[in-house]
Amino acid sequence: MSLFDWFANRRKSGPISEDRQEREIADGLWTKCEHCDVLTYTKDLRTNQWVCSDCGHHHRIFSDERIRQLIDANTWQPLDVHIQPQDPLKFKDRKGYGDRLRDTQAKTKLTDAVQTGLGTLDGLPVALGVMDFRFMGGSMGSVVGEKLTRMIERGTATSRPVIIVCASGGARMQEGMLSLMQMAKISGALQQHQAAKLLYMPVLTHPTTGGVTASFAMLGDIILAEPKATIGFAGRRVVEQTLREKLPDNFQTAEYLRDHGFVDAIVPRTQLKQTLAQLIRLHQPVAAPAVVDNHTPWANGLNAAEPTHIGVDL
Amino acid sequence: MAPPERKSILLSFEKPLVELEARIAQIRELAEENDVDVSAQLRQLEARATHLRQEIFSNLTPAQRLQVARHPRRPSTLDYIQAITDDWLELHGDRGSGKDDPALVGGVARLEGRPVVILGHQKGRDTKDNVVRNFGMASPGGYRKAMRLMRHADRFSMPIITFIDTPGAYPGYEAEEMGQGEAIAYNLREMFGLTVPIVCTIIGEGGSGGALGIGVGDRLMMFEHSVYTVASPEACAAILWKDAGRSGEAAEALKITSWDLKQLGILDELLPEPVGGAHANPIQAADILKQALMEQITELSQLAPATLQQLRYQKYRQIGVFAEAA
Ligand SMILES: [Zn+2]
Ligand SMILES: [Zn+2]
Repeated sequence: MSLFDWFANRRKSGPISEDRQEREIADGLWTKCEHCDVLTYTKDLRTNQWVCSDCGHHHRIFSDERIRQLIDANTWQPLDVHIQPQDPLKFKDRKGYGDRLRDTQAKTKLTDAVQTGLGTLDGLPVALGVMDFRFMGGSMGSVVGEKLTRMIERGTATSRPVIIVCASGGARMQEGMLSLMQMAKISGALQQHQAAKLLYMPVLTHPTTGGVTASFAMLGDIILAEPKATIGFAGRRVVEQTLREKLPDNFQTAEYLRDHGFVDAIVPRTQLKQTLAQLIRLHQPVAAPAVVDNHTPWANGLNAAEPTHIGVDL
Repeated sequence: MAPPERKSILLSFEKPLVELEARIAQIRELAEENDVDVSAQLRQLEARATHLRQEIFSNLTPAQRLQVARHPRRPSTLDYIQAITDDWLELHGDRGSGKDDPALVGGVARLEGRPVVILGHQKGRDTKDNVVRNFGMASPGGYRKAMRLMRHADRFSMPIITFIDTPGAYPGYEAEEMGQGEAIAYNLREMFGLTVPIVCTIIGEGGSGGALGIGVGDRLMMFEHSVYTVASPEACAAILWKDAGRSGEAAEALKITSWDLKQLGILDELLPEPVGGAHANPIQAADILKQALMEQITELSQLAPATLQQLRYQKYRQIGVFAEAA
């Protein structure tokens, strides 16, 4: 049996589902690129941070993997892992929100759609939030709002740069207006972080839309994005309806946003960690020469008690 | 100020009321023609009409409230500004995008002697006007104009009053191209940094991020029949129920009324409306609004700028419902 037949047989055995990637990780040696169809050793794909080495396609990855890729080994300190979502509106569409939460938690082993924590990135202390699209489309409700706010507050209190990896369909409708208000809450925390002259860099990954785009995703001092990620405020179909004509193919892509001045740089995932580290280092103040602090010989000339010595210690 | 085209914009639940009012008019006419004294009967019928109106409007479903909030005759931002200010000059432009957004208006005004900056979404008063106003759906330039005016207020120590009345930020091609998300996001953050009092009022429809883009303040007020939504009930029904026709259920589930928002700890003050809604008596509605604004601004003006900022942050900081296990 050829490799391709073997793969084709496996595909026949079950329906194609969204967690296909995971199933293949679990039991398959090979993963097929959903973009160019090329088969890659799953182990190699993982080493290449889930970027297809043939076509450069960025496979969707989730929060654990993202933290593993960005944070130095054994330095990750998760924050607020005990915060649990509630069902304040007793919301029920085709399914009750409470049931939906329980089922999603069981399936994803996540409490909600974001993981936050402190750690070092290439030796640099950072505060990091990573949204997880598996959890109800990365939607933002009270838990996402609270965890991100606390993480940003920690970043401000400890003078750390803040990084948020975004992946979200927007506000979580099942929590109604409480969700919308999280946009304001997180933006308020970012205002304080900014007032403390600290660096905030969101990383926009596929997809970053709706209320997340209209709040913390667009508030970076520097905004980075993964190649080809969909980034937008309004849904593509809604925009199409207002336009009554077809939208250009690149509409709402990371590249489109960069070309229109809303994203600073497109960074391939394999270079993300080093780029973030580079940017953090570029924003670190130059260490003041010790002599200026110790002697201040030229400060005002009134310090008569200090012997004048120019250039000696330099 | 009798509305001339009242019948054409009748809300379905107002029907029994209008029928009763028509009967009263008919009896009055007949009595005049035949010179009969029916004043006792008329008084009785009018009392019944008042009672009926009260009953209808105090038992509205969320979907019906949404209809009242979107009523074409509901007073708009410019209507209220004209009614409550002693002096007013509209200012235009965001100084960047190259065109003024008529869906978001603002300017300088005097409110009972006090200089203020007022801004808000502007819906059209009729179909033609609505096309010009883009149905109150602001563009990035509108949100940037709002921020420009708010900074102006900050610089001259003028309290900021915002009126929210929009189905949502404009979801158009150009709006996306010009950074609708960024424009709103920027306002959310910067409004936390302003040092003057900010009072936001939902006068009609508070549609999602487009409403919030001028809605971060020290006080949030809301007219009784106004609504504030995370997503329009129509969109929510289409996404969660896969059926836009079930927007009534979505309106119920989303908790969008002023009472819901009060209960969720989001709303600071609920403003009562004249019986029959603000459109039934705009002058009275404007009086209620003016009174509430004066009280809030007087109170907030006594706080030091740093305190104001801190309290504003705390106000939003505590919104959210979650459990925290030890
Ligand atoms: Zn691929
Ligand atoms: Zn590929």
